[in-house]
Amino acid sequence: MRDWFKQGEHWVWFSAATVSISFVLVVGLILMIAIRGLVHFWPHTVHEIEIKNDQGNIETLVGEIHDTQIKLVSAPDDPNAEVRKVPQWLIKIGNRDVYGTDFRWINTDNIIGQDDRLAKNVTVLERYEWGNVYGQLQSIVRDGEVRAEGGNVKNVLDDLVGTGQSLHDKINHIERVDIGSINYQIEQLRLEEKRLKAENAYDDQAREANETERERLNAEFRDYQEKLEILREQADGLGEARLSLAGGESIQVPIKHIVRMWQPNNMSSADKVGFFFSSIGHFLGGEPREANTEGGVFPAIVGTITMVMLMAIFVTPLGVIAAVYMSEYAREGLVLRLVRISINNLAGVPSIVFGIFGLGFFVYIIGGSIDDLFYSYAQPSPTFGTPGLLWASLTMALLTLPVVIVSTQEGLSRIPSSLREGGLALGATKSETIMKIVLPMSMPAIMTGLILAVARAAGEVAPLMLVGVVKLAPELPVDFNAPFVHLDRKFMHLGFHIYDVGFQSPNVEASQPLVYATSLLLIIIIVSLNLGAITIRNSLREKYKALDN
Amino acid sequence: MDKSVQKKLDEALEGPKFQRRIKRRNLVDLSWASGFTVGGIGVIAAVLLIMFFLVYVVAPLFAPADIEKSKTFDLQQSGQEKTLYYGVDEYADSALRITDNGQVYGIDLTTGEKLRDERLPIGDALVTSYTTIDQEDQLLGFGLDDGSVLLVQYEYSVTYPNDVKTITPKLTYPYGTEPLSLADQPITHLSARKSGSQITFAYQQAGSSQLRVKQYDMIESMFSEEVTLELYQQGAFQAPEAFDWLKMGASMRNLYGLQQDGTIFYFDIRDPKQIRQIETVEALEPGQTLTAVQFLIGQYSLLLGDDAGKVSQWFPVRDQDNNYFLQKIRTFDVSDQPIKHIQVELNRKNFAVLDASNRVNMYNSTAHNNFADFSLDQDVSQVHISPRGDRLLIETPSHQLVTFDVDNEHPEVSMSSLWGQVWYEGYDEPEYIWQSSSASNDFEPKFSLMPLTFGTIKAALYSMLFAVPLAVLGAIYTAFFMDAKTRQVIKPTIELIEALPTVILGFLAGLWLAPYMEAHLAGFFSIIFLVPIGILLFGFMWSRLPEPVRLLVPTSGRAVLMLPVVVIIAFIALSLSGPLEALLFGGDMRHWLTESAGIDFDQRNAMVIGFAMGFALIPTIFSVAEDAIYNVPSYLVNGSLALGASGWQTMVGVVLPTASPGIFSAIMLGFGRGIGETMIVLMASGNTPLMDANLFEGMRTLAANLAVEMPEAALNSTHYRVLFLSGLVLFIFTFIFNTLAEVVRERMRRKYGSL
Repeated sequence: MRDWFKQGEHWVWFSAATVSISFVLVVGLILMIAIRGLVHFWPHTVHEIEIKNDQGNIETLVGEIHDTQIKLVSAPDDPNAEVRKVPQWLIKIGNRDVYGTDFRWINTDNIIGQDDRLAKNVTVLERYEWGNVYGQLQSIVRDGEVRAEGGNVKNVLDDLVGTGQSLHDKINHIERVDIGSINYQIEQLRLEEKRLKAENAYDDQAREANETERERLNAEFRDYQEKLEILREQADGLGEARLSLAGGESIQVPIKHIVRMWQPNNMSSADKVGFFFSSIGHFLGGEPREANTEGGVFPAIVGTITMVMLMAIFVTPLGVIAAVYMSEYAREGLVLRLVRISINNLAGVPSIVFGIFGLGFFVYIIGGSIDDLFYSYAQPSPTFGTPGLLWASLTMALLTLPVVIVSTQEGLSRIPSSLREGGLALGATKSETIMKIVLPMSMPAIMTGLILAVARAAGEVAPLMLVGVVKLAPELPVDFNAPFVHLDRKFMHLGFHIYDVGFQSPNVEASQPLVYATSLLLIIIIVSLNLGAITIRNSLREKYKALDN
Repeated sequence: MDKSVQKKLDEALEGPKFQRRIKRRNLVDLSWASGFTVGGIGVIAAVLLIMFFLVYVVAPLFAPADIEKSKTFDLQQSGQEKTLYYGVDEYADSALRITDNGQVYGIDLTTGEKLRDERLPIGDALVTSYTTIDQEDQLLGFGLDDGSVLLVQYEYSVTYPNDVKTITPKLTYPYGTEPLSLADQPITHLSARKSGSQITFAYQQAGSSQLRVKQYDMIESMFSEEVTLELYQQGAFQAPEAFDWLKMGASMRNLYGLQQDGTIFYFDIRDPKQIRQIETVEALEPGQTLTAVQFLIGQYSLLLGDDAGKVSQWFPVRDQDNNYFLQKIRTFDVSDQPIKHIQVELNRKNFAVLDASNRVNMYNSTAHNNFADFSLDQDVSQVHISPRGDRLLIETPSHQLVTFDVDNEHPEVSMSSLWGQVWYEGYDEPEYIWQSSSASNDFEPKFSLMPLTFGTIKAALYSMLFAVPLAVLGAIYTAFFMDAKTRQVIKPTIELIEALPTVILGFLAGLWLAPYMEAHLAGFFSIIFLVPIGILLFGFMWSRLPEPVRLLVPTSGRAVLMLPVVVIIAFIALSLSGPLEALLFGGDMRHWLTESAGIDFDQRNAMVIGFAMGFALIPTIFSVAEDAIYNVPSYLVNGSLALGASGWQTMVGVVLPTASPGIFSAIMLGFGRGIGETMIVLMASGNTPLMDANLFEGMRTLAANLAVEMPEAALNSTHYRVLFLSGLVLFIFTFIFNTLAEVVRERMRRKYGSL
């Protein structure tokens, strides 16, 4: 045993174990997020539980079991009594408009009878407002008349919900795209008028042109309003679904408010898989609802992608130029050392410092000057002198610059010098060699750097909170109105979405599954970007190994 | 070669056309070269830009006030009279002056035009005493020689005749123009406060040393806006003699009677019917004389000026038994001349001091900061500061008013208020406090960066405690013992943590780990103890196994072998949580900590941060340390092994000394990252700016503070600049650590080169 310690065997075991611990932590973490994120999309079975409440009455709860925890319960009147540990269940009972709350913690102590009974034929309705409904589907009512009842009521409702969905999509399209475009043009006209007035060029001719244009837009707007009116009437005409709830109340849900319906306890495995994928579709393509705690993350995905692509446009040339300077032009010496130290520091400066720099320098100073110079007519409401897409992507470009530089530089250094010498020997100038031979060959390395930069920018939140991200953006940063990408708009971001929904939301329990799902999405994006970069880099290394020999 | 070809070639490579092309190409080459060079050096410029921009924003915090003489006006005067009061509007464009014989004069501070010349509605009565009742509302009280008090409010109106902003100062009488009869003799000393719907007067009248307190209710008339005062209660206290100053605190609770020899009588007048003398304090050294007394804005701190040229700040402080006593907080050494006059600013804790040699010194009390010091070439009788602190009015005995423009944006910040302990109003002792905003107007901003810096270092250190052993030992094993194939899987997996968005780690730490840890506190401690012991036991037992079994897993494969082992040990340790708590902590460790051990417990605490941020730091340290160990030349290792050293002995004796600079720089980089990490601490630390190293309490770090407060800081306000200062502190911290790491690595690179 002494020998064992003397040879340091225990240290070898410790060090081996630390590797295992780190590995277990990483894999465990990702698995946990994956499971919790995916479970969100799977149709939960709905249980029916009878409990005795504080007043001694028996209450029936119908809902999904979402979480368990151990609670310490001490007898209220006896401080010396032993503290008992009682398992508690978090039940999602839905029907927020009736019960006032979505979730309830219940003590398993209070459960009467069976605790794993499934509610028979229960129907779940997902609504645009007020969350889910759990209840027994009774009938479909239109204008006070019962339209469907009994056995086929589910199929009828299914069809009606489908119709309601397509109507909703049409309404949404007109409201967002068509009317949105008109509103945008009217706003542009208003700004144009303000600008002309500020330049004292708003003469009769300009006024007339402006007013005709406005009149035309208003007419178009009225057209769309009429179309909307018709569609809305159709949606109203779909009727209402009547359900009876666990407490004995009944509820009537207008079919136009229903996103989708399902009967989880009657679903076959194939149905469940289908539901699973349709949930994922709703999540990726849907708009957030109910203060971001329900619905999808589509605007956040669009915002993240737009910001990241804009950032790539800024950071690539800058990073490549700096890398080419370092490996092709600079001579070993003080300047190069300073450049290296600068890059290291740029990589090491906390991201939040980039955030305040972006806010103070880009937004307030540069943006403020732009407003003063070009948009003074729009003041006091700022155009560029406020956090927005442009400043966010510039800040992120600065933040990710070292990633691109380091990766490009590595690629450049792997290109055999024989290739450069060959170019020079054939009479090409240095810049020609670099532009025509070296840079094209290091393209994969540049791509690697760019992908890593994009992955970094997609996951970074702290600086964005200061320079342009908002919890709910009224408009997407890209749309069909020229100039298509709106640099001055604020945008949503997946990472900030996690922070906001997880920490700022009023209904933490309701939003948690969504946060896990968003986290999973973000992790998938970032990990696959990273794996892609690693693959490109490895294949590049192999390629140049071959070239070297 | 064919002659014609040769000739054509010669033609192509000679002549002006060819020369031009060469020239053009060289020019292009040169411009590319300079372009790349400028771009490369631009990186240095970018870092410098960030740094200089931070400095540029921060610098005005420490700039001294800029004071410039602006205008001189002649004052209206009727006979010998002394100015009692100046009312100045928010824009410092007009002033209203009330003198001790009841005259009211208005003056336009841009043109010098006389705006008003009238008399207070006091008939033939004389003003015998004067007090400011409410500094915010500018409500004044004039004690008269017939024993009555006239309440006057200063107001101004802004109008735009012909699009020119015109400010008209005026006086209103919210309680009527009829003086309120308070005493039966001339009022010699008067002090009053308004609070809620009550006004309390304290006064002494001629020929008596009795201190009287009367409290009035404001009664609003049912039919008109008129408000009348109705006596609610009163009381008296037989003071030993007449005071020279009488000062009532803002909460209508503290009353101070002061005498010229520096004696302060401190009364409690919460119940006017039972005035209680709390104590008598000798504020000055024997032989000195009190020459000026003022309340700082907020009416909590007394400023006492004496004939030795010192101003001291006093306010009541609570002792352990909850009794208040008057405490000297700080002293301002103004000059060696007697203090003539003290004037306070209305929005910040600033005051101006005039001494007998006509020097004016301006101070901020919180920052203990003398931000202006200038003297005048003429005699001065009074100094007044405009509401926004941007203009000084100085009155001379020759009835002139001199105005000064003051540019003084950030008086409340000094090195001592940022980094030192400050005794804030209402606190029991000097403390480090970060509290940047509050609803009230006379709030004393508390900009101590110490709690934030402390929290930053606390968070970084606790997470290093978790990260360094895991990362460095892991790097040692991965680089030195592990076989190449496993290494190709393990290394990228651990480095993957680097790519995980910290917002996800923060979310998990705050919403999953923190409550889980609170419920399984004993389990986590048993993990910390049991996992190393279990590993040791397992390793030792493994060495006792028969050789064929042992050889199944070589040293290089131990990490894989340990995977299920650590999971099982951790699981056992966690499931021990319940029994352990029952056995050692009476059922619940968290309860036991607060109740029996007296340790404060927050759910989001340093332990959560240690685990979560430590986890995030692992890849940074691991990656650099692993590279350093991996790059140790193999002949050193082989030599050592050949001489009979065991694997670990080689590690400690040969590899570690060679790689130690690399490991050091890995740790530096990790620390630098821990200092700047924002989202994890923002979401999982509770964000309370505490100065407590307690493992079970949270903290607020510089970075998280920036994320929380930056969006609401007004552009160019003191708060904004102080936040930038904390950003600069972060920048400098990380700059030091990164540069240190880089320099060490650079040296190591050169050393390896020579090996």
